[in-house]
Amino acid sequence: MITLKINGESHQLDADPQMPLLWAIRDHLNLTGTKYGCGRALCGACTVHIDGEAARSCSVMLGDAAGRDITTIEAIEGPVAEAVVGAWRELNVVQCGYCQSGQIMSAITLLSKNPDPSDEDIDASMEGNLCRCGTYQRIRAAIHRSARNLGGRS
Amino acid sequence: MRQTSSHLRSLVAVASTTALLVLAGCDSGKQREPPTPAPDPRAMQAWEQVAGVLRHPRCLNCHQVESPLQGDEGRAHIPRVVRGKDNLGVAAMRCGNCHSPSGNNPSSGVPGAPHWSLAPLSMNWSGLSSAELCRALIDPERNGNRDAGALVKHMGEDKLVLWGWAPGTGREPVPLAHDAFMEQLQVWVNAGMPCPKDAATEGDRS
Amino acid sequence: MNRSTGQPASATRRQFLKAAATGAAVFAIGFYLPFGRRARAQGVPQAVETPPPNLFLTIDADNNITLISKYLEMGQGVTTGLATLLAEELEADWSQMHFEFAPNDASVYNNLVFGPVMGTGGSTSMAGSWEQMRKVGAAARSMFVEAAARKWRLPMGELKAEKGHVLHGSGKRASYGELAADAMQLPVPRDAPLKDPADWKLIGKNLPRIDSPDKTDGRATFALDIRRPGTVTAAVAHPPLFGARPTGFDADAAKKLPGVLDAVQIPTGVAVLARDSWSALRGRDLLSVEWDNSNAETRSSEQILADYRRQAEGAGLPAANRGDAAAALGRATQKFSAEFTFPYLAHAPMEPLNCALEMKDGEAHLWAGSQLQSIDERVIAEIMGIGVDRVRIHTLLSGGSFGRRGNPVGDWVAELAQIVKASDSKAPVHLLWSREDDIRGGFYRPAVLHQLEVGLNDEGDISGWQHKVVTQSIFSGTPFEQMMVSDGVDHSSVEGLADTPYQIGDFSVRSFNAESPLPVLWWRSVGHNHTAHVVETTIDALAAMAGADPVEYRLKLLPDARDRETLKLAAGKSGWGGNPGENRGRGIACHRSFGTPVALVADVTVDGDAFQVDKIVAAVHCGVAINPDIVAAQVEGAIGFALSTLLRNEITLENGRVQQSNFHNYVPTRMREMPKVEVHIVPSTDAPTGIGEPGVPPLAPAVGNAIAAATGKRMYRLPFALA
Repeated sequence: MITLKINGESHQLDADPQMPLLWAIRDHLNLTGTKYGCGRALCGACTVHIDGEAARSCSVMLGDAAGRDITTIEAIEGPVAEAVVGAWRELNVVQCGYCQSGQIMSAITLLSKNPDPSDEDIDASMEGNLCRCGTYQRIRAAIHRSARNLGGRS
Repeated sequence: MRQTSSHLRSLVAVASTTALLVLAGCDSGKQREPPTPAPDPRAMQAWEQVAGVLRHPRCLNCHQVESPLQGDEGRAHIPRVVRGKDNLGVAAMRCGNCHSPSGNNPSSGVPGAPHWSLAPLSMNWSGLSSAELCRALIDPERNGNRDAGALVKHMGEDKLVLWGWAPGTGREPVPLAHDAFMEQLQVWVNAGMPCPKDAATEGDRS
Repeated sequence: MNRSTGQPASATRRQFLKAAATGAAVFAIGFYLPFGRRARAQGVPQAVETPPPNLFLTIDADNNITLISKYLEMGQGVTTGLATLLAEELEADWSQMHFEFAPNDASVYNNLVFGPVMGTGGSTSMAGSWEQMRKVGAAARSMFVEAAARKWRLPMGELKAEKGHVLHGSGKRASYGELAADAMQLPVPRDAPLKDPADWKLIGKNLPRIDSPDKTDGRATFALDIRRPGTVTAAVAHPPLFGARPTGFDADAAKKLPGVLDAVQIPTGVAVLARDSWSALRGRDLLSVEWDNSNAETRSSEQILADYRRQAEGAGLPAANRGDAAAALGRATQKFSAEFTFPYLAHAPMEPLNCALEMKDGEAHLWAGSQLQSIDERVIAEIMGIGVDRVRIHTLLSGGSFGRRGNPVGDWVAELAQIVKASDSKAPVHLLWSREDDIRGGFYRPAVLHQLEVGLNDEGDISGWQHKVVTQSIFSGTPFEQMMVSDGVDHSSVEGLADTPYQIGDFSVRSFNAESPLPVLWWRSVGHNHTAHVVETTIDALAAMAGADPVEYRLKLLPDARDRETLKLAAGKSGWGGNPGENRGRGIACHRSFGTPVALVADVTVDGDAFQVDKIVAAVHCGVAINPDIVAAQVEGAIGFALSTLLRNEITLENGRVQQSNFHNYVPTRMREMPKVEVHIVPSTDAPTGIGEPGVPPLAPAVGNAIAAATGKRMYRLPFALA
């Protein structure tokens, strides 16, 4: 039995400790906001927060996730999360939307650590999140907008 | 300069009394100069074996300046990650976001080991010739302030270093078995960690 | 009110019909299409007297208005666009609007541009619904006003519809929700007048996307997110070579995994059925399969290209022929000749292909990001041996498509049906393609070879243009063949070239259909994604040879006002003619596709063999911009999407095997590579034309021409090679 602490709740899972956290979240806990895109930590669609870090859940083994603080897109909260989601909506960022859970999770981590990121900071931090629809320009603008709304300068 | 030299001497003393004897004869050796007299050819062979491991992509890929390399061909890491203040990446692009301390991930294929990170910038080996790498390795300012004993211990026990021998599917391990590597390392250390001359090795930069 | 985009429309329909039967305030409007046929009653009890269930909107007691979208939302913003048209004529408030997807029924949800089929594509959605959706809205508004007039015993002329309510000067006020039950009893007016453009409140405004809230908090339900009780996940071991077939397999190792339930052979490979995704994928990897490669593609990419060149030495088929190109070339004083090559390309939408199928009470229920429901329903019916009317498609949001989900043979849906048939699964089966399956799965943009020779006379005017195009036909052998293929020429192989708006007197285009077991498919902007690069690179080179300004040279050859305005707008906004600076170049390209001209001015910085696209100034003429912000987003996105093909994307074969597999060797554009994009829209109240695809074609030539301006080197192959 593995105990997963997700979105503030503990879940007991009878599963292989090598199973990627992604599939436990999606298939066993039915939290489908976290997406499968590549399975190899190349696209960022599966990004969740583990102890505040923007982890790729497809590359986190269940055993390694046990007992840690995991948050998925469904349960993000706080001023940074609100600013990010708000900016995403204000700027009509989404297109197909499939990558956006991961984009938002990474953006929240970025802004939590760097409240006033430059374009270069954004590029460096968002590098691991692919968007095939090409919404990058708006993602960048939305991160700046979030920073501004949070009291940063950008 | 003198300080380095005496420092080195003391390091080697810790490692081996034989080495101390060898080095005792080269007190006048300057930094960045190979020790004189001409090093023991056996030690130089041992060094080249050691260097073959250290210059292998498994080690070299993360002893880089700003961003790690990836794969047996040593291409740019995909996605690009940058060093950051603590050698562990930046805000939302941290090594640990994908690489697990508990080991290689059989599902994602992402390799893992404890403290997965870029080597500190002082330990950048990119573009170094065998001779340059050798001098970097014995320079406490460029080897994480390790004496010979610490170097041996690092290469013998550090789990991230040991990963180079078990890098997981799709990645070539370093070219020498770990036992054999440690043997060669010891031979080189015992000989006083001599470094090859530049001229002989300039050509093998890659 | 159910505003979940993941809820299948038919379930909601049933709820609504039930509510309607009991007199609850639910409104539905039936809209008659030219066929005059009614939709079949989906799941409706026979005894219930209902209005025609061919619905485009529902309104509940809380005044929530739900658009029934006949088109797939794959990011293009179609649900926002349709809801805007509906709300505009309905006099609804934007905050009232929600959406869900229509059930599969081509008699109601026909694509009016390329039907009779239910399907989304070809950048046709807004063009095809411009009249229809506004008429639905206008008819509904009229019915609410009439219902209020009857209720209040007041003349209709004294009443006004506003923000989802009917108002009277006396202060009387009723919401559409309150009036719904009465309004539904009224006949549908066929000639309710449409608003004058001057009175538009929503059309032309930057309304927030209707799908944005759910896509930013994890609620949005894509096909991969559908959860049916007892679902089994299937993953398929596909052949390593295109055209290979499985002849046998050993699943012993796979079946030892605790989550694996079964393994079955199907025409496209061997499927592992398992309790969850991970077990299915792991089990798949443990299969050992024997393949019959006798009809497989075994060539390498270079051999395929060499075969294309050999084929181009033949006669080919005439795709355009006017004047006497050969004679004109004979008179020319300067000549430009070139060969252009384009690789196979995977669509690689972020959501890998997947769908779920459940056989229940003799009906097949499919949950999928279905882009061609009329194809998918037939494919399932045929394989499962049931009538098409027994297939229920629950369309769900799709995580991108770029053409991949609209497959004329419904390959992925067919694969799932084969799995369900072979395993005789009583449980719902969800087919999951891994990213590797997606990248290696074929149905690519075909590789293309262009060879051309163009002459110029002393004045720098074109004197003869001879052109050959070798590629695999996309449409031949599909249900759309009649629409696109004539006398062997697949129009999609030469579109944007054979019908170029440039006035070329002596012009010959010959088309050569290459053959391969490798399946090919339309890929965002179809033929235009290669023809535009060839034409616009060539025109730019001709302008240089003629010593003319590239914009002026194009204007001289373009008679159509829309093309001209678009080109001038891009040039004007970009400050065309300025010097971009050291190691930098500026280039322009203009191309019309799907009725929409798009002109791009690209600024690039060249650094050795590498280049960075710094900025793109775009101008677009798409008729009325129903939502200008979404128009801009589509152009921005098209540029981000297309950029990957200039930078590095190519599918290559080595002895028939695809060498790429995932996003490490088929790497989409990344954020740091995205140029600053500025989009300018030519103001217009003309009926809308396409916008999902037209941004793609001009990117390669605009950037290529900028690189040529900086380096003198023309880009004849994609991805670009500056070395």
